[in-house]
Amino acid sequence: MSPRKLVPIGVFAAFMAAFPWIVAPFESVSHYTDVMVFAGIFCLVTIGLSLLMGFAGQISLAQAAFFGIGAYVSAILTGRFGWNPWAAMPAGAVVCAAVAWIVGVPALRLKGHYLAMATLGFGVIVHIILNEEVEWTGGPSGMVDIPGLSIAGTPLLSETAWYYLVWTFVAAALLFSYHVLHSRVGRALRAIHEEEKAAEAMGVPVASYKVQVFVYSAVLASLAGSLYTHYVTFLTPSSFDLMWSIRFVLMVVVGGMQSLWGALLGTVFLTFVGNEWLQVFADFEVLVYGAILLLVVLWVPQGLVVWMQERLRLRRAADLSRSE
Amino acid sequence: MDSIGFGAAWLQYALGGITVGAIYALVAIGYNIIYNVTEIINFAQGEFVMLGGLFAVFFHETCGFPMLPAFLAAVAAVALTGLILERYVIRKARHATVLSMIIITIAFSILLKGGAMLVWGRDPYRLPAFSGSGSILWNGVAIQPQALWVLAVSGTIVACLTIFFQRSVYGKAMLACADNPAAARLVGIPVRTMIFLSFMLSAAIGAAAGVAITPITLMEYDRGALLGLKGFGAAVLGGLGQFFGALVAGLLLGLAESFCAGYVSSGYKDAVALVLLLLALFFKPEGLFGSKEAAGLKRF
Amino acid sequence: MVGRGRNRCVGRASRVLLWVCALVLLTPVGVLAGGKPYKIGAVFSVTGGASFLGEPEKKTAEMIVEQVNARGGINGHPVQLVLYDDETDATKCNLAVKKLIKRDKVPVIIGPSTSGNSLAVVSVAEAYKVPLISCAASYKIVEPVASRHWVFKVAGSDKHVVGKMYDYMQAKGITKIGIMTVSTGFGASGREELLRLAKDYGITIVADERYGPKDTDLTAQLTKIRQSGAQAVVNWSVGPTAVLAVKGWRDLKMEGIALFQSHGFGSKKYLELCGDAAEGVLLPLARVNVGPLLPEDHPQKKVIMEYIRAYEAKYQEPISSFGGHAWDSMHLALAALQAVGPDRAKIRDFLENTRNFVGQHGIFNFSPQDHNGLSKDDLEMVVVKNGDWALAE
Repeated sequence: MSPRKLVPIGVFAAFMAAFPWIVAPFESVSHYTDVMVFAGIFCLVTIGLSLLMGFAGQISLAQAAFFGIGAYVSAILTGRFGWNPWAAMPAGAVVCAAVAWIVGVPALRLKGHYLAMATLGFGVIVHIILNEEVEWTGGPSGMVDIPGLSIAGTPLLSETAWYYLVWTFVAAALLFSYHVLHSRVGRALRAIHEEEKAAEAMGVPVASYKVQVFVYSAVLASLAGSLYTHYVTFLTPSSFDLMWSIRFVLMVVVGGMQSLWGALLGTVFLTFVGNEWLQVFADFEVLVYGAILLLVVLWVPQGLVVWMQERLRLRRAADLSRSE
Repeated sequence: MDSIGFGAAWLQYALGGITVGAIYALVAIGYNIIYNVTEIINFAQGEFVMLGGLFAVFFHETCGFPMLPAFLAAVAAVALTGLILERYVIRKARHATVLSMIIITIAFSILLKGGAMLVWGRDPYRLPAFSGSGSILWNGVAIQPQALWVLAVSGTIVACLTIFFQRSVYGKAMLACADNPAAARLVGIPVRTMIFLSFMLSAAIGAAAGVAITPITLMEYDRGALLGLKGFGAAVLGGLGQFFGALVAGLLLGLAESFCAGYVSSGYKDAVALVLLLLALFFKPEGLFGSKEAAGLKRF
Repeated sequence: MVGRGRNRCVGRASRVLLWVCALVLLTPVGVLAGGKPYKIGAVFSVTGGASFLGEPEKKTAEMIVEQVNARGGINGHPVQLVLYDDETDATKCNLAVKKLIKRDKVPVIIGPSTSGNSLAVVSVAEAYKVPLISCAASYKIVEPVASRHWVFKVAGSDKHVVGKMYDYMQAKGITKIGIMTVSTGFGASGREELLRLAKDYGITIVADERYGPKDTDLTAQLTKIRQSGAQAVVNWSVGPTAVLAVKGWRDLKMEGIALFQSHGFGSKKYLELCGDAAEGVLLPLARVNVGPLLPEDHPQKKVIMEYIRAYEAKYQEPISSFGGHAWDSMHLALAALQAVGPDRAKIRDFLENTRNFVGQHGIFNFSPQDHNGLSKDDLEMVVVKNGDWALAE
C-alpha cells in the first residue's frame, strides 16, 4: 500500500478508535456506541458477502442462515454443554464452513437466478429447521440465558468493551479480505466476475475459487452470529429469516459491491437508518427500504462509495480546469 | 372412526394438495411467461397473487361489485401493476447485469408488499366463495366448492394459454421472441411490445390465482414471498419455460406438501417444496420436462 | 478564481454540517414539560409483525398519561412517557431499551410487547438494574426469578390459559384431545404447556400437529386429528390460521369434536372473519374482554368498564386485551412512582410487594417468588354465541 493511501486509513482507524469517547459527552448521541456494536457485527457478514458479490459476482440470499448457524452452534455449545464461548466460536465457524461447502459445491455450479433461488431456498430451510428442532434450538420461543463473553476472567459488560471487541474483529476481517483480494485468488476472482469462460480457459480453477469465497463468507457470518449470541444472550429464529438475508444484500449494494469500504459504509449507514434515523417512518420503513434499493440499483449501480469517489474526482477536475 | 378410515384421509390430503398445487402451477406459469420472453426471473411474481386477492376484496367488499366484475377488475388492476413494473422499472434497467436484475425485482416486491401493508393493513381479509358456502361431505371427505373453482380457473387459464400460444399471432410472436429475440426483431416482431405484454399477462394470471384462492385461505399483505418461492420451485421442477411441466410440477409439489403434513410432519411441510427445489437445481437444473440443450442455450 | 474555489469548499463543508445536524435532530428528543416530570419508558411493537399488540398498547399508555396529567400529575410532578417502537425486531428492541436507560434515564420501563423481544432485553434490565414490566406472556420472562430480579410481567402465563382450559375439559369429561399449534413463539409456548400439563389433568394428547403462520390449508392437520379419536381439538395460533382452523373444522363437519382456541383468538375481528362458522368455539379469556358480561359486584368490573368507556370515546374503536396489558403496566408504574418516587431500586421493591392490585387482566399479587402475580382464576371460559362472546357454563 502506498503511503498516500495509508493516510485516510489511519485517520479512519483513529476515528473509529476514538468513537465511543467522541459520542459519550453528547447525551442525545451517547447510545450510538450501542448501535455501532450491532453495525460492527453486521459488517462482518457484509464484508464476506461483498467479496462474494462484488468480486466473485455470485449472489447469496443465505447469509442470514449462516449468521444463524453460527449463532445457534455457539448458543447450544455454551448453554447446553457448558463450553467456553471462545471455544464455541471456532466450532461454529467449522460447522458453518462444512455446511457452506456442502451447499456451495453444487449450488455454485448454478448461475444468476438459479443461484439466487437456491441460496434463498437453503436459507428458508435453515430457518424452518431452527423453528422446528425445539429440543435443540428452543424453537420459535427462542433460547434464553446464553452466557456472555469474558476476556481473561473478566466478563465483558460495558458497551464500550464490546465495541472494541467487535470492531477488532471487523478490522481483522478487513485486513484479511484485503490480503485475499490482492493475492492470486483476488485477481482470479475478478477474472471470474469479468468473464467466467475466459478465466476458465486461462486455467483459473473457477469452481474451486467460487466455493472458497462462499465458505469464507459463511465463516465470517458465523463469527458474527457467535458475537451476536453472546452480546444479546438471547436468540429467536426470527433474527435469521429471509428479510435479514435481503437486508445484508442491501447493505452491500447500497455501499457499493466493488469495494470493501462500500460494504462497511453501507452497513453502518443502513444500521443507523434502520435503528435511529428512520424511526419516523415506522410503517413506511419497508417502503423506504425497497425504494432505496431500487433507486440505488437503477441510478447508482456502483454504490455510494464509488459514486462519491467519482463525484469528488469530477469536482476536482472541474475546479482545476476552472482555476486555470 | 370407522367411517373415516385410511382411504378417506388419503383422499382428503390429495384434494388439499391438488388445490394448493393448482395455485403453485399458476404462479409457475407466471414465471415462465416472463422468462420465456425476457429471460428474467421476476421475484415479484408471488406479490401479484397477493395483490389479486386483496384487490378482489377491495372491489367486492368496498366497492360492492358482484363477484365476476370484481374478479375481472382485480385482474385488470394487477395487470396494470405488471405494466408499471415493466414500463418504469425493467425497461430502465435493460442493460443491467443479472445480479442487478435480481435485486431490482426483489426491491419491487418489497415495494408491493409495503404498499399493500399501508393500504390494507396487516389484517387478513376474506372473500365469499364464488358459489355456495360450506362444504359437501362425501364418504368422509370434505369438498369445498371453492376448491373446484380453483381447479376450474387453473384449467381454463392453461387451456387459454395453450390456444393463445399455438393459434394467435401474438402468442406465436411471443414464442418467437423467446426463441431468438434478434431474429424476431428482424422479421418485424415488436419485441418491446411482447415484453410488456408478457409482464401484463403473467401479472394477470397471478392475480387470477390470488382471487380464486382467497375464499379458501384468506389473504393478507405478506403472503406473496412464500407463494412465489414455491411457484418458482414448480417452475424449475417442471423445466423453466415449460407450461405443461409447470402444471404437473405444481400439482406434484402441492401433493407432496399435503402428504408430508398428513403422514410425516406438519412442521416440515414447507421444507418439502424447498428441498425438492434444491434437489432439482443441484441434480437436474433443466427440470423434469426441459431439455438439456435448450437449458444450455439460455443465458442463465 | 481560487477564492471561488475556496467558497465552494466552505459551502460544501457547511452543507455536510447541515446534514449532520439534521440527522442528529431527527433522533427523537424528549419534550420538556413544566416542573420536574416523572419519566416512564415504554417499548412497544407499534409496527412490524406484532403491531396488533403494540398499537393498542401505545394508545392506552398515551391515554393514561393524558388522564394523569389532566388530574395534575402525581405528587405534583407531571408524567412524561418516553415511547419507542421496536418494530417487532429483537435487535431494535435491545437498542431501544438501552437508549431509554442511558439517554433518557428512565426509572422504570413498560413493555416490550412480545415474548421474544422481552427475553432479548431481560439481560439488559438486569445488567443496568432497571425495573422492567413486560407486557408479554412467556413464563421465561420472569423465571427463574433468581436471575429475574428486576423483571416483572403483567400478561398471564400460558400455563394459566391451559390450566383453565383443562379444568373445563375435566368438568366435561374430555380425556383425549388433539392439539394443533402454529410454529411461532406464541404457538410453541402454548404447545409446551399443553404437553406439560396434560398429565396433571388426566388428559391424553392423541395428536400433536404443527403448521406455519403462512399456511393456507389446515385440512390435512384436522383430518389427522379427526382420525385420531380425539374428543376435543385445541388450536393455538393468532392471525389467519386461527380463522382457517375454525373454517376447516366446520368444513370437515367436526362439530362432534369440540374446538378450543387459545386466548389469542380473543378479538372480535376473528369472529367477523369466521362468520357463522365460529359458533360454539370455546376459549379462555381475560376479564377485560368480557367486561359487560361480568356481574356488577365483581371487583374488576369498575376498572374495566371505565377503561372501555375512556378508550372507546377517545379512539372510536373497541378495546383489545393487549391494551389492557399496557393499562396494567402503566398503572403499576404510576403507583410505584407515587409511592416511592423515581428511584429504580425502590420502584422494584415496591412492585415486588404489590398485593391485591385490581387491573384489567386480573387481581395481581406479586411476591419475591412470583413476578407475574396472576393465576388461572383470573380467566373466564368463554363460548362464541350469536357472533359474540358469552360466558360458558
